[in-house]
Amino acid sequence: MKTIKVSVVTPDGPVYDADVEMVSTKAKSGELGIMAGHVPMVAPLDIAAVRLKHSGHTDYIAVSGGFLEVRPDVVTILALSAEKAESIDLGRAQTAKARAEKWLEDQQNSTDTKRAQLALRRAINRINTAEHK
Amino acid sequence: MASLRDIKSRITSTKKTSQITKAMQMVSASKMNRAEANAKAYGPYMNKIQEVVASIAGGSADAAHPMLVSRPVKKTGYLVITSDRGLAGAYNSSVLRHVLRTIQERHKSADEYIIIAIGRVGRDFFINRKMNVELDVVGVPDQPNFADISNLTKSAVDMFQNGLCDELYMYYNHYVSAIMQEVTEKKILPLADVKAASGKLTSYEFEPNAEEILEVLLPQYAESLIFGALLDGKASEHSARMTAMKNATDNASELIDSLSLQYNRARQAAITQEITEIVGGAAALE
Repeated sequence: MKTIKVSVVTPDGPVYDADVEMVSTKAKSGELGIMAGHVPMVAPLDIAAVRLKHSGHTDYIAVSGGFLEVRPDVVTILALSAEKAESIDLGRAQTAKARAEKWLEDQQNSTDTKRAQLALRRAINRINTAEHK
Repeated sequence: MASLRDIKSRITSTKKTSQITKAMQMVSASKMNRAEANAKAYGPYMNKIQEVVASIAGGSADAAHPMLVSRPVKKTGYLVITSDRGLAGAYNSSVLRHVLRTIQERHKSADEYIIIAIGRVGRDFFINRKMNVELDVVGVPDQPNFADISNLTKSAVDMFQNGLCDELYMYYNHYVSAIMQEVTEKKILPLADVKAASGKLTSYEFEPNAEEILEVLLPQYAESLIFGALLDGKASEHSARMTAMKNATDNASELIDSLSLQYNRARQAAITQEITEIVGGAAALE
């Protein structure tokens, strides 16, 4: 099967670099699946897991915020933060989740609520992704 | 001439100082290596985002966004990156001098500019001169990661978007090599020159549309420019401090050498004098 090169880069360094058969993830506008030869495209990403299928095996990466850039031979994901499923610290993600939930209960202020919701979604995303180790 | 004891105590204190500067030099050297590695790791992200921004902003002529448009300048923002601590040679003073001169040349009154100061040294410098410091950030860690400073970058970009300033310049020490740093001025906003920078253009499909993508992409790009400069500045800071401490250690060992020479001379002079006195005394008895 034809493969496409995928690289996931964050400000703190590259996270993933490999050839895969299919990239699927959730963009702001909905689910996306990309295979080799896709038309060039740019889409902002939601807080979600990126699934990378190659040789009958799937890698999971938790991504929060950022973009997906597609060219015929290469897919680049520019994320503010990204963690591979195997390197996610489940304990830390769970404390982050508990902290965000507590914030949500305490705060009524609108900006803080928004931040807490985002933090909560990121934490949940990391926990869900970590299950695919 | 200083007494033997004075010289001895000066030698001891200089030795102690040189031990400290030597230790600081080694600490800075290892911090510099890590800072340099961080700056390198950041390279790929910066290149990629630059590529995407250039091809989107340049590829679709109809893509318009407030951050791409130059507007009449009523207020200029200056983002100045300095360190929290001194003892880094000319690292802070060269940036601050440059900024001060630029501001004095460009502006007549204090209403025409605002300053965003990163680092304690820069903040104190501008506040002492009663200049308009809009935002200051101190205590940036030695190995910053993006999450640590995202508040700062966000508020800097917001200032432009809310019309608090109409253009934003950034000043920092660019890390050229371990012994050389260079004061650099960079215009961050508006992002006027991204279009010129694009070489080969890819025409993209936008999902859902170009405006919405620029809405997310451009702030992220501006923020990454600031973060990149901060990493660069950190590497420069540590290398400047390392060089300064190396010079201090060298000077101290030179000083110790010359003091030891003085000490030995004084000791010899004292011995000679004693012998002369004894000989003189013995001669007087005969």
